[in-house]
Amino acid sequence: MKNPQLNKHGELQHLLTTEGLPVHILRDILDKAETFVGAGDGQEIKKVPLLHGKSVFNVFFENSTRTRTTFEIAAKRLSADVVNLNIGSSSTSKGETLLDTVDNLCAMHADMFVVRHSSSGAAHLIAQHVAPNVHVINAGDGRHAHPTQALLDMFTIRRYKKEFHNLRVAIVGDILHSRVARSQIHALTTLGVPEVRVIAPKTLLPTMVENLGVQVYHDMALGLKDVDVVLMLRLQNERMQGAALPSAQEYFKYYGLTEEKLACAKADAIVMHPGPMNRGVEIDSSVADGKHSVILPQVTFGIAVRMAVMSMLAGNKQ
Amino acid sequence: MNIHIKNGRLIDPKNRIDAQQDVYIAERRIAAIGKAPPGFVAEQVVDASGLIVMPGLMDIAARLREPGYEYRATLESEMDAAVAGGVTSLACPPDTDPPLDEPGLVEMLKRRARSLNQCRVFPIGALTYGLKGAELTEMNELTEAGCKAFSQAEAPLTDTRVLMRAMQYAATFGYRVWLRPQDSFLAKNGVAHDGEVATRLGLPSIPVIAETIALATALQLARETGVILHICRISSAAAVDMIRAAKREGLKLTCDVSMNHVHLTEMDIGYFDSNCHLVPPLRSLRDKAALRAGLLDGTIDAICSNHSPVDDDAKQLPFAEAEDGATGLELLLPLVLKWAEQERVPLLDALAHITINPAQLLGQKMGHLSAGAYADICVFDPGTSWKVEPAALKSQGKNTPFNGYEMQGRVRYTLLDGQIVYQT
Repeated sequence: MKNPQLNKHGELQHLLTTEGLPVHILRDILDKAETFVGAGDGQEIKKVPLLHGKSVFNVFFENSTRTRTTFEIAAKRLSADVVNLNIGSSSTSKGETLLDTVDNLCAMHADMFVVRHSSSGAAHLIAQHVAPNVHVINAGDGRHAHPTQALLDMFTIRRYKKEFHNLRVAIVGDILHSRVARSQIHALTTLGVPEVRVIAPKTLLPTMVENLGVQVYHDMALGLKDVDVVLMLRLQNERMQGAALPSAQEYFKYYGLTEEKLACAKADAIVMHPGPMNRGVEIDSSVADGKHSVILPQVTFGIAVRMAVMSMLAGNKQ
Repeated sequence: MNIHIKNGRLIDPKNRIDAQQDVYIAERRIAAIGKAPPGFVAEQVVDASGLIVMPGLMDIAARLREPGYEYRATLESEMDAAVAGGVTSLACPPDTDPPLDEPGLVEMLKRRARSLNQCRVFPIGALTYGLKGAELTEMNELTEAGCKAFSQAEAPLTDTRVLMRAMQYAATFGYRVWLRPQDSFLAKNGVAHDGEVATRLGLPSIPVIAETIALATALQLARETGVILHICRISSAAAVDMIRAAKREGLKLTCDVSMNHVHLTEMDIGYFDSNCHLVPPLRSLRDKAALRAGLLDGTIDAICSNHSPVDDDAKQLPFAEAEDGATGLELLLPLVLKWAEQERVPLLDALAHITINPAQLLGQKMGHLSAGAYADICVFDPGTSWKVEPAALKSQGKNTPFNGYEMQGRVRYTLLDGQIVYQT
């Protein structure tokens, strides 16, 4: 089966998932992102004309502020024309199908789509449907994938830890419903991280998750022991309704990241979170704002990584 | 009209015939096999040299989408598809709109089908009103109208007491109850097998225990009530084991599997191919192997197409939002042949799963070519290979996970009631 993300030269045509991407493409993206981050003090470079004359459509079928904004800033810094569409879930009730919407936007000469949708596989469907000169970036589809988030996490890890091959990384929280976790796991294993752990109660872990190449822990103290990187996940409030958890309080007690639990990790461990955070649910404020936290730099690097992805895609022709 | 089918290889699983034998048809029935009856004068001769002559197929799960869903398919389109696939009898589940819970609806469906004169239709009546799982339908009236069994189709029946009452009532009159076992709570919102693929793709999943828990309940109730139970479309290795054990213990029980599950697994979903959004979900390789073993040892009685035509718009959606179902009537025979070849099953045994076995579990004295039987016959060319191209299918539903597959075996003639209703 043909990898739907690659063109016939093996280059990135769409970015849909980190799964199945060759390691050299992942490294190229991270290297390219470095060029968009100012040296030394993290100062970013100014506008570059790499996407001049191109139209980038941010099509969000599911609400988002942060991800959409960082994509918008990234596209503007590359001199693209940016159109933001918050379609929400109401458009389908008006009768227009997803592909009708995409056809209409293609007729407006979109060169690149940045798509978020609540259903797994939506970005794949769009990528199969668009003309060969159009690129699709998945900004989150259901529980499936959120590749730019994972890439910015990899970028952040590399910035602070230099290498991947000697790391122990723990992902904590609602793995079952998380597209971020899935994309992180594939990116980490592809980049050669020897030990990836997931820590969660059984109700928040998908079946056979160990087949993705991770070790499963249910206990924070054991799972965090000697890790270099802690990747926290957001806990959605609706998990309490689905009988996955009894209460936010109990969750925080056993799986919330506190300074005490973080003490099990290595002394120089870094803590990351894709945001938005629920302080006091999955993470304690003292950790979120503490010396191990690299949560704000993640956001900054997110722009550079998205610039890297967009400029790479624009340079690859079918 | 008197028809003489000559020089064909006759395969009749019920009568254990696999030999070159001529078939003589007179007055809509099989007049004789092998040797012409005295005074027989053929008005038409079908030369079946190099072809296989078998009883017309019986497909026990084919949705015709009438009444209520005519935009997906109509009786006309699906009857064309049936006879093009050599299917001369089919049973249709009651999940039409409205459901088949009123004698009038059943009579109308029978009448419409009869007027097309292509394929026999055996309606399966709704077990509860509106398939809502609360009140029993008038099973006697529905039986008089033509229903051959009673089922909830895919509608949940969560109230175990209602299920027990339904079985007791059906058992009183010797009616058949057909159930597709699924615990609706465990299956809620699920669209794929709870396994490696759903985990990777982030698809809401349906665990095997959703099937086995409901199956355990159905088997216990069948033991208790003595109903004639048929289990539809099992999908898992665990369910095969349970049915094998129940049959060994002597329970009056039959069971079928869809051709999709005989050939496909969760891996075929690939990159979210919505043609593989099926009910029940495609399961693991191990499950597929167990289903095939169940067919070989007689645990599973019949193979059905689970024909469920869906319009393109409803499939061109993200996997979970796309409607479930696939077209199948025209692929049933070639997929059974493919399975037989892969597993080295003699045709005499393989074809029983689409002729005599389904006829028996539906209580019909058909599915064979004994003298005196209705001349419902399928004549196919085992040597023709062809490629599945959705546009070439007669069914209004063009969606199939077998798109592009190479098939071996093509129907050449279909006879219903001693008349040629399809030929190519």
